[in-house]
Amino acid sequence: MLRELALAGGLAVGTGAGGWLVFSREPVRHDPVVARTLKDFRVAADPHYPVLAVVRGQRVEAMVREAVEKLGGMSRFIAKGDTVLLKPNIGWDRQPQQAANTNPEVVAALVRLCREAGAKRVQVSDFSLNDPPRCFQRSGIEQAAREAGGQVILPGQNDFVLTRMDGQMLKEWPVVRFLHEADKVINIPVAKHHSLSGCTLAMKNWYGMIGGRRNQLHQDIHTSIADLASAMRPTLTVMDATRVLKRNGPTGGNPDDVSEENTLVAGLDEVAIDSWSLRFFDLQPTQVPYLALGHARGLGTPDWRSLNVVESQIG
Amino acid sequence: MRALRRLYAAFFLGLFLLFLWLSDFKRLQGYAVDLFLQADPLTALAGWLTSGTLYQGMAWALVILLPTFFFGRFFCSWICPLGILNQFTGWLWSGLRPSEHYTLNAYRPSFRLKYYLLAILLILAAGGALQTGLLDPIALVTRSFIAGLFPAANAVGLPVYLQAPLFQGGVVLALLFIALIVANRILPRFWCRVICPLGALLGVAALVSPFRIRRNVAACTGCKKCLEFCQGGCDPHDRLRVSECHLCFNCLEQCPEGALRYGMVAEGDSVHRSLDLDKRRLLETVVAVAVFHPMANAALSSHAAAMPGVIRPPGSLPEADFLARCIKCAQCMRVCPTNVLQPALLEGGLNGLWTPVLINHRGYCEHHCVLCGQVCPTGAIRAISVAEKLGSPPHAKPVKLGTAFFDQGRCLPWAMHTPCIVCEEVCPTSPKAIWYKKVELPGRNGQPVALKQPYVDPGLCIGCGICENKCPVTDMAAIRVTSVGETRSSANQMLLKNGVPSR
Repeated sequence: MLRELALAGGLAVGTGAGGWLVFSREPVRHDPVVARTLKDFRVAADPHYPVLAVVRGQRVEAMVREAVEKLGGMSRFIAKGDTVLLKPNIGWDRQPQQAANTNPEVVAALVRLCREAGAKRVQVSDFSLNDPPRCFQRSGIEQAAREAGGQVILPGQNDFVLTRMDGQMLKEWPVVRFLHEADKVINIPVAKHHSLSGCTLAMKNWYGMIGGRRNQLHQDIHTSIADLASAMRPTLTVMDATRVLKRNGPTGGNPDDVSEENTLVAGLDEVAIDSWSLRFFDLQPTQVPYLALGHARGLGTPDWRSLNVVESQIG
Repeated sequence: MRALRRLYAAFFLGLFLLFLWLSDFKRLQGYAVDLFLQADPLTALAGWLTSGTLYQGMAWALVILLPTFFFGRFFCSWICPLGILNQFTGWLWSGLRPSEHYTLNAYRPSFRLKYYLLAILLILAAGGALQTGLLDPIALVTRSFIAGLFPAANAVGLPVYLQAPLFQGGVVLALLFIALIVANRILPRFWCRVICPLGALLGVAALVSPFRIRRNVAACTGCKKCLEFCQGGCDPHDRLRVSECHLCFNCLEQCPEGALRYGMVAEGDSVHRSLDLDKRRLLETVVAVAVFHPMANAALSSHAAAMPGVIRPPGSLPEADFLARCIKCAQCMRVCPTNVLQPALLEGGLNGLWTPVLINHRGYCEHHCVLCGQVCPTGAIRAISVAEKLGSPPHAKPVKLGTAFFDQGRCLPWAMHTPCIVCEEVCPTSPKAIWYKKVELPGRNGQPVALKQPYVDPGLCIGCGICENKCPVTDMAAIRVTSVGETRSSANQMLLKNGVPSR
């Protein structure tokens, strides 16, 4: 009798204790998701060097070297042993001459410059809109970057981490983890037409670093672009305007829509770079609201004329 | 001989898997990845019946069929990936006593079933319905790997696909494959002995083969040891059933008296048995199918009338010809980079089960991609060039899969005063098939709202479906593609300027 009582009591106590341990007001148990904060990748401003360097020419590699040299050389931006993330536009399954993606020669030249400056690893990544393996291969960037000594990464579903954006539209959003893991980041946009924002330039290029439901961002595209540009502060920006897609952007596809402009714009002020590049689309900064938003947030100035801009022409 | 056969089996199974592994954009470099499917005599014969031609690579089937007339069913144990898998799994599970093997490997009347199935499939083919792919072992095992095993491999971290694929109804395909593998536990090589219509076809061809297993009656003591490892259930200890023998040569190695050999007839050899068929049952089968087939044709299907959801890959033949060619092997689904190609359920009728359709909810047709046509073994999807798909010179027009339509009740700028036009952004044609009007509408509180309201230009839309796929209205997109306007159909058209429908 005593044994039965002890057994029943033990079971009752055990059940009660177990119930108390697993009791919760939440119907399903989840680990709390902690959003990470992005680093600021910028280097200190230096009044000795211009804010914008514009280089015109035919030889892409030499143009990239010239532009970076004018800004103080790669050693100003990259320290020995750094992991550098290069962010070209590899959004579309298009070939280089269709100008929907960044010119692979620009990417390759920057990979080489980073390697020469002593970077430990140079990663090249983007989150494509078309099928990623096709985009990376057919854009020519995969091969060019590899041959230059870069590491090409196609982000997979598991390569995104929730990140604090602290924007007006974007509070928390999944961001490619390589951006968190990098020491320095170089933005390499291509100048293209876009119906909704007017143009796809440096600030809009950050779309390629985020996952999630980014097609929703069109619903307030200017605020979204400003939010992205506020959260992601690159070390350096090199705008590829060697070929400019003037119409039917950002996808293009027709060589008739492409104009050979043979220009690179490098600098630290994305708002100024974007404003300078508006000439390719016959736009004024006032017609592109995200520039004013960026200015109001202190990201840079649309008035590039007030800045120290050096222009050079090489062979 | 046994070791040699195992070597061949391993080689051909490996080759089959290698071809399947190679079938994607990154690895496909002009390899003949559809070789196994093309070398399939049943596909060739049935396809010839439905289409009147032996399309290109299908001539490889003669390489299998012609030697079978001389040497018997060597294909089944030496080359067929499903036969090899069945043999291997049956062997894995054989923890039985020899006496039990004798019982299991004895011939059974149920082995006749495959000949009836062959008859059914060939009569259907003669009537224009190509359904061999349902039971043809090469198509079946290809499909099972593509929609069942490989996605599973991806799910456990073996990246066969570059991105994890999902296939509608894939669980059915997976279960069928598991069932036919597990069936080997109940009866070794159950599939090969009882079901396989290709085996039946080769069995019929083998009936005339001069080279076969011969038993010297005088030397044989009737110990039945040959039966212990017999793969076909072909009675090597008795009067051999040539049509069932897979030429595994196990019996030769088992015979303690050396009474069995492979070769031409010699004095003292046993006589052989011909096909075991119930003629009345065969006649009933033939009549039943001949009656069923027109009845099935009287059902509404994509064959009879265009269906909005039956959007075929670029380069596909007109629907009737497509169905007369497609063997549901799923090769196209293997190479499709966006996973938009999915095995149809009953969208287009019974006839189209597991044929490829585009489901834009899942993916879209990549603008510069023509891989599906390059791996299609039967030409149901023609191998077109990128230039032909895009309509660049000398081609007059791009290949159109269908046409996109806005659902203005769901579209954000149309129904909800919300800017969007993602569809316009992603539209790959130049000039873009999606355009917009700038409008200023009074919002709910009377304040004007500036919007861009999108439209489809039906003359430019190619039906690739990227607009539907990327639409932020994710459960049912606000722009959706249907098959109307597809290049391959002269009837499924809506625009007068594209030509008056001929039917």
